[in-house]
Amino acid sequence: MTEILIKNGFVVDPRNKINCEKMDIAIKDNKIVQKVNEKQAHIIDASGLTVMAGGVDIHSHIAGAEVNTGRIIRPEDHYKDPVRKTSITRAGTGYSIPSTFVTGYRYAEMGYTSVFNGSIAPMKAKHAHEELNDIPLLDKGTYILTGDWWFVLENLAKNDIDECARLVSWLIYSTKGYSIKVVNPGGLESWGFGRNVHSIDDPVPNFCVTPREIMRGLIKVNKKLNMPHTIHLHTNNLGVPGNYQTTLDTMKALEDLSTDGKPVAHITHVQFACFKGENWRKFKSGAEDIAKYMNAHTHITLDMGQVTFSDTTTMTADGPFEFSLYELGGHLKWVNSDVETESSGGIIPFHYKRNSPVNALQWSIGLELALLIKDPWKIFMTTDHPNGGPFYDYPKVLAWLYSKKAREATLKKCHKSARKKSLLPSIDRELTLYEIAIMTRAGTAQALGLPNKGHLGVGADADVAVFNINPETLDIAQKFRTARKAFASAVYTIKDGIIVAKDGQIVNSQVPGRTIWVDAQTKDPCRIDDDMKRKFKEYWTIEYENYPVTDHYVKVSDKLTIKASV
Amino acid sequence: MITLTPLRTFNVPIQTPCITPENFAGKTLTDIKKLPATEGNRNITLGDLFKIEQDPAETPNITLNGDLSKVKRVGQAMKSGEIVINGNIGMHTGEKMAGGKIIINGNAGGWTGSEMKKGTIEIHGDVGDYLASPYRGNDLGMKGGLITVDGNVGTDVGCYLKGGIIKITGSAGQFLGYHMTDGAIYVEKNCDVRTGACMTGGKIVVGGTLEILPSFTIDSIKPKVKVDNTTNVSGPFYVFLGDLSERGTGKIFANKAANPALAFYEKYL
Repeated sequence: MTEILIKNGFVVDPRNKINCEKMDIAIKDNKIVQKVNEKQAHIIDASGLTVMAGGVDIHSHIAGAEVNTGRIIRPEDHYKDPVRKTSITRAGTGYSIPSTFVTGYRYAEMGYTSVFNGSIAPMKAKHAHEELNDIPLLDKGTYILTGDWWFVLENLAKNDIDECARLVSWLIYSTKGYSIKVVNPGGLESWGFGRNVHSIDDPVPNFCVTPREIMRGLIKVNKKLNMPHTIHLHTNNLGVPGNYQTTLDTMKALEDLSTDGKPVAHITHVQFACFKGENWRKFKSGAEDIAKYMNAHTHITLDMGQVTFSDTTTMTADGPFEFSLYELGGHLKWVNSDVETESSGGIIPFHYKRNSPVNALQWSIGLELALLIKDPWKIFMTTDHPNGGPFYDYPKVLAWLYSKKAREATLKKCHKSARKKSLLPSIDRELTLYEIAIMTRAGTAQALGLPNKGHLGVGADADVAVFNINPETLDIAQKFRTARKAFASAVYTIKDGIIVAKDGQIVNSQVPGRTIWVDAQTKDPCRIDDDMKRKFKEYWTIEYENYPVTDHYVKVSDKLTIKASV
Repeated sequence: MITLTPLRTFNVPIQTPCITPENFAGKTLTDIKKLPATEGNRNITLGDLFKIEQDPAETPNITLNGDLSKVKRVGQAMKSGEIVINGNIGMHTGEKMAGGKIIINGNAGGWTGSEMKKGTIEIHGDVGDYLASPYRGNDLGMKGGLITVDGNVGTDVGCYLKGGIIKITGSAGQFLGYHMTDGAIYVEKNCDVRTGACMTGGKIVVGGTLEILPSFTIDSIKPKVKVDNTTNVSGPFYVFLGDLSERGTGKIFANKAANPALAFYEKYL
């Protein structure tokens, strides 16, 4: 039995409306409790330090076939950043696609305790779970690419939402996933035939559905299954100039599905979906339009997908997007794939440069969005690791958010034309610690439907991060570098009531972290008949019997059982 | 001048990126002995590996003596000054070099002069594979400077070459100048197969025999060719353009007298 008492810290806990109040946090076993016996407990003196809940990352590609293929094609990336073993941690490699263990260590060093994997194709789920098992110190979950799964497309074409919901429930159960992920709806299926969809009303070849119907259908499915998270959406036309219009159309198309103003969809890495202008030469920021819409509506949540100017690797299930990036960048390496009846995929190494007008403006767009959207509960901080930059750049992104001085310092080094087009000089907003805690912990945990994470109330998981920031003496907006350093190496990271990192160094690497997955129990099971098995035989390379991820694949399983209303 | 001599025979790879004139400048012997290095997977200091002595002579800045074939990354990212190595040296010597000079009186390992930007490397011996080539997977080839080799070189010399000159007195292995975009490579003797594969610019001059890939086309016959300001090689030479599979306009100069097998190309002129 372990008891920890964190004394006299400045607690920032937006879920419980606590803003930099001096108070104690008591931990017993793996939960936060009202109080512990001070004589027995391990006391952490946090006076002059900020205490937050452990970070919750809503979108980061940390496991799966794409991530691993990215590792394989980039030996030069690992070469830049070897990580030596210590008596506690294992050796590995870092930089844009770190090895599994290093992923866990580096997240923990920054005070993160839960990370959700961006996407995996259902067929590759076994691989993803094997990697998730090997990521220590973090609670994990993964989104399942459902939008272009043939069974979904077939049932949505028939408008049979109930049967579709049963199938999705079976799929999420069989792949041990956390939520429905929709990537370029319809586009991935079209990519199998060398085509793409260019608006939300383009028909998908061979299926009588449109992206609009897929998104709306899956939102209805998501509601019927009572899933904890909304659908996780990567919009059509991602990374194409002028796509802010598609994003707006998408948001408008989903407006009426929201009841009581609750979010129905999470649009991820929105920076890549906010491009204005007809072509790359006339490239402009669409952040203002998106922010205006977001400020007036509540049915969508967003995450940034911030670009951080680094040599990174882009990877997404959006095959057609990666193809256009390949044409654009003239890069030498490109991986492209069509995952049978489910998805597609692409990987390209990409170096975001300050002196590129497009990249510099992309950097600006991400920050404009985060700053122009007034409510931090609607937009969260990510870099879409590793697409915009590796996750170790989060402290940099935070610095740009809480300090105008930091933004100006970077903007000064950016390309001239991007500087002219950027809206950042006109934005004075500087986020407070309270707002940062929302964008990195409380908000993401709420959007993911995790009641025990992202806050420090009694009963919450004992995931705590302590940073060397004294809100009374340190003006983070002025001394942004000091605060950035503090966010890069947490004084203490506590996972499940165990101190795992101290002063940015791992002190305990034996906390495996749980894999959180959803079992949405439907009233009737989905129809698994000979016809379904025949389809597996004819169209998949894996037969029905071998398709599901069996329980033993998930080492530390945390099943979230919910009752579906279908 | 600082002289380094191994204290013992090295059995496992040693990494010493700290051996550069900039790092040594202004330091006392005691400071230099404390500079970090690794032996296998252990962190140690330079003083644990080498006998380090100082003498009043100004140049060269650093001299290394003895068998150093396990020692890697000497002169990494050096910007000025001179290093003389009397003996064989290991891999990655002069990696990311931005100026100065390295003289190797012995053989050098792979990736010598990798990602080099400026400066000179003289090798009075043979070199392993990947001379002046980036690490696997990268396209950051040598950008400038001069490398001269008195002996033979291994495979994949000058991959992704973007500038600078490589002169080789002996023979070269296969894939010479793979993916090169600019710069020049001169091989006095023979080349193995696939010379200039995927090249899109620059020139390769070969004095001995070589094989021309089918994706190259004959352009002309030239009596002589200029490698750099100091080197003019007289031929005559067959001039081939390619690699056409990459829409390249690189040039391979193949000595006419040494390559009678290429004579059939003359009818396409």
